[in-house]
Amino acid sequence: MERWSRGDSVLHRRHAAVKILVALALLISIGTLTSHSALAGALYLALLVASASAARLPVFGILLGAAAVLPFAICFAAVSVLAGEPAQAVLLIVRTWLSAQVAILLIATTPMPRLIAGLEALHAPEFLLQVMQFLYRYLTVLAEEAGTMLQAGSARAGTLRTLRFREAAAMAGVLFARSYARAQAIHQAMIARGFEGRLPAIRQAPFRLADAGFGAGAVAVVIAVRAVFRWA
Amino acid sequence: MGMMVEVRDLVFTYEDGTQALKGIDFELEEGCTVALMGANGSGKTTFIHHLNGILRGTGSVIVDGLPVTPPNLREIRKRVGVVFQDSDNQLFMPTVLEDVAFGPLAAGKSVAEATERARAALDRAGILHQADKAPWHLSAGEKKRAALAGILATEPKLLVLDEPTTFLDPPGRRALGDLLADLPQSKILVTHDHLFARRLTEDAAFFEEGTIAARGPIAEIVQRFGW
Repeated sequence: MERWSRGDSVLHRRHAAVKILVALALLISIGTLTSHSALAGALYLALLVASASAARLPVFGILLGAAAVLPFAICFAAVSVLAGEPAQAVLLIVRTWLSAQVAILLIATTPMPRLIAGLEALHAPEFLLQVMQFLYRYLTVLAEEAGTMLQAGSARAGTLRTLRFREAAAMAGVLFARSYARAQAIHQAMIARGFEGRLPAIRQAPFRLADAGFGAGAVAVVIAVRAVFRWA
Repeated sequence: MGMMVEVRDLVFTYEDGTQALKGIDFELEEGCTVALMGANGSGKTTFIHHLNGILRGTGSVIVDGLPVTPPNLREIRKRVGVVFQDSDNQLFMPTVLEDVAFGPLAAGKSVAEATERARAALDRAGILHQADKAPWHLSAGEKKRAALAGILATEPKLLVLDEPTTFLDPPGRRALGDLLADLPQSKILVTHDHLFARRLTEDAAFFEEGTIAARGPIAEIVQRFGW
């Protein structure tokens, strides 16, 4: 996803705040789809596929990536089926899959620092942005530590296929403790450099006329699709 | 020349009851460099964390004429630049340039000035070409340089480096030594690598169980303590 976000296309070059707003409009529209507006859903899917293609992203990769949320959707859909509403179940799955594609397309065309800057421009809660930023920064570090622990385990156990719950739980506990210790060390490094609660940013990109045009046009298309097939 | 660091009778005990510092007296003149040596757990890192107020024990700690007390911490942290042992803990922003600009921004500089300082610091550290990269894409040596650039951007008067040669290969160590030798700031190096230290200073303080057991030429310290 990070590699995709470093691409270059019309979509990549648009201001993050505008893309977030367009994504929000799309999510709202998809979230309010009904069984009577199924064609609107199909059009949205076509638009998403076209956008991914225009952004030179792997379309199948995005469709497949979005399918990661389906197990959760299927659980809730099963409840609808049991309640005697199979149409609602299908709608739930479709909405979830389309929404996931919107999110993936946004992240795949916007490097995380710019995405955070866009949310900042839209006055998202600062605490939330800090959590996002640190999660993004240190997820790879944690993954490396977890990988090292697994390697060490393999080196001593021959294979981890028979890793028992007790050992796995112990590893998870140690990883948590290491993460906590690292968080303390990071905090010390931050206050040593003058951190006083706010992460200053230099990453605000300039807002261009093309961004305004893109935003207005994209939201107009989202609304038009629903208007043609009526808000039901 | 004035004193950059003056410490008198510094005592510090961790929350778990471990007395890490047992009455440290220490001085460093302006413009000078000293190596802090000693076994793991002897109190070196605990000591340097008192120089910018991360830890606060009893006793007196004065840096560049300012007592290290809460009202002075903001100013002290502009004057004292600490390069931590693990660069990953220090490079906490999404890109190298943002990270290096963090210090000047936190000190109240404008975005333009902070960015300019950051670029100058990265250039000095020899990694300006990595400015837009994510820190986890850097090699160990590049991370160390980026961490150092982050400190240089704030133009501190005292540089404190905790095990600066950790994770560095020999060429990396030599390059870092060359870079540090060119910097005019007072320096405190926490290091086990006495050969690296001798490139920058002949003065060493040997920590032992929370006290400074000896201070003098590195060669004598190494011989006396079998280092």
